[in-house]
Amino acid sequence: MSTVAERALRAEAKARPRVRPRARRRRVRRFVRRLPFYALIALIFFYAVFPFYWAIRSAFTPEGDLFRTPVQYVPTDPTLANFREVLSTGEFQRALLNSTIVAGTVTLVALAIGSLAGYALGRFRFHGRSATLYLMLSMTTFPQIAILGALYTTINRFELYDRLGALIFSYMIFTLPFTVWVLTSFMRALPRDLEEAAYVDGASPLQTFYRVMLPLVAPGLVTAGLLAFIAAWNEFLYALSFTQSTDKRTVPVAITLFTGKSGSTYQIPWGQIMAATVIVTLPLIVATLVLQRRILAGLTAGAVKG
Amino acid sequence: MMLAPALAVVALVAIYPLGQTIYQSFTNQQFLAGIEPTRFVGLDNYRDLLHDTVFRDAVVVTVKFTVVTVLFEFVLGMIIALVVNSGFRGRGVMRAVMLVPWAIPTVISAQMWKWMYDDVFGVLNDGLTRLHIIDEPVAWISQPSTALWAVAAVDIWKTTPFVALLLLAGLQVIPGELYEAADVDGVSKWHQFWRITLPLLKPAILVTLIFRTLDALRVFDIFYVFFGSRVDTQTMAIYDQNTIVSIGDVGYGAAISVAIFLIIGMFVVIYVTFMRVEQQ
Repeated sequence: MSTVAERALRAEAKARPRVRPRARRRRVRRFVRRLPFYALIALIFFYAVFPFYWAIRSAFTPEGDLFRTPVQYVPTDPTLANFREVLSTGEFQRALLNSTIVAGTVTLVALAIGSLAGYALGRFRFHGRSATLYLMLSMTTFPQIAILGALYTTINRFELYDRLGALIFSYMIFTLPFTVWVLTSFMRALPRDLEEAAYVDGASPLQTFYRVMLPLVAPGLVTAGLLAFIAAWNEFLYALSFTQSTDKRTVPVAITLFTGKSGSTYQIPWGQIMAATVIVTLPLIVATLVLQRRILAGLTAGAVKG
Repeated sequence: MMLAPALAVVALVAIYPLGQTIYQSFTNQQFLAGIEPTRFVGLDNYRDLLHDTVFRDAVVVTVKFTVVTVLFEFVLGMIIALVVNSGFRGRGVMRAVMLVPWAIPTVISAQMWKWMYDDVFGVLNDGLTRLHIIDEPVAWISQPSTALWAVAAVDIWKTTPFVALLLLAGLQVIPGELYEAADVDGVSKWHQFWRITLPLLKPAILVTLIFRTLDALRVFDIFYVFFGSRVDTQTMAIYDQNTIVSIGDVGYGAAISVAIFLIIGMFVVIYVTFMRVEQQ
């Protein structure tokens, strides 16, 4: 990352316009000595970023140029045709809508149930409390494949197969325990005084929960909700197994099974798939960068403290 | 009372299905009712499973994948965590960027890489040929000798940043005075890493390894995108899903599920025992 280093040097130079030659020489020497370090960072950065660049470049490259050698590293005639094609079928918008409905509902339900449970587990001492906590923790690493068959038959019995309800129902298994766990750790960190003050004023436990605890734990709700949403948005196994019709697909399933508008069976429409990838990924990247602090707080509560 | 909804949901979506899976594994239940009435078949499914070479291959593929990815993710993640923790300008940006691969759906990263791996029009073959590392294009995905590595590279790309973040969280708890004292005593950075960093990081390392191992053992998404249900490169989860959903053999699928559950449980026991031994 020589650019970061350069920018750093430039900023320093600006801050202190007149630098004595010896000091500058020392700084240059230090920079040279750290060169392998910066090269390593540059390498990591390249490995991390190049696949994204490639998806973007492929999305903007016309189909004809995509399937031609030698490979163009920068599209010579960039085009929006791939984006137009992807959006023209309506299939992809439908998937976006489905994913939003499923992930949104799952998040709200998990937060509603999870915050109550988190309050009980984080603020009260009772018999079986730690057993419940362990149950929730072990559930967060529960292998979803292990109950695929049973869920499959249950979902069919309730006639939920090929409905979004099947996904909302089954996604509880990986969102709820996690939400409970994160919210419990947030609830536990709150000071006792406020709660006691509410009790002294004659509030019931439920009133205390809604009026006092919930507003205080808002950052925890954002964190847990965000993680639940991302997990539900990205889920693939159940979405693939419990739906069948094209108009019930979520984004991951749609992108995997995408055949394109032209429907040529022998050639995978990579340009359109990459366009779809870019459309889905950009908002996720922006959201992650903006909310990174909240996400990190949740991840460390879920993993490291455990 | 307040716990009731949460416990009810967990019971409904996890515990009841788990019990049902165990029950189904002793039956010959088929998805399409009417082909054959469901009846109790005892241990037949498990006996078949023991002689099922396809399942055996799937176990081998899954374990290989797990060992390779967890090892690489841990070593690379450690390097990245140390670099980021060492404090340089743009560290905050780096940490935010590291979250990105984790946040995007696995199948999307798999698609991005599948296209880069394309044997004729893929950038990987083109780039490596230009750099004279390979002489002719390689069919990375269809060729059995490279298929597993190709798929592992995607998982490593996607998950290493996450591992690095977990380790970084552990690193930041280590008090800086320890290193200052070591510097004063003239201990080399290399020794500091082995004597201070690693021992203090051990809890974070173990938790990270457990999480990653359990995740890798149930891998499904990447393999599905890359190979569908190609027999020589299917994981336990792919085989199970195919048996239940495509073939509709719920009884046998349930037996596979139980086997997967036990295999994963075995790894957990190994890790936990290891942790206990370390603590004493």
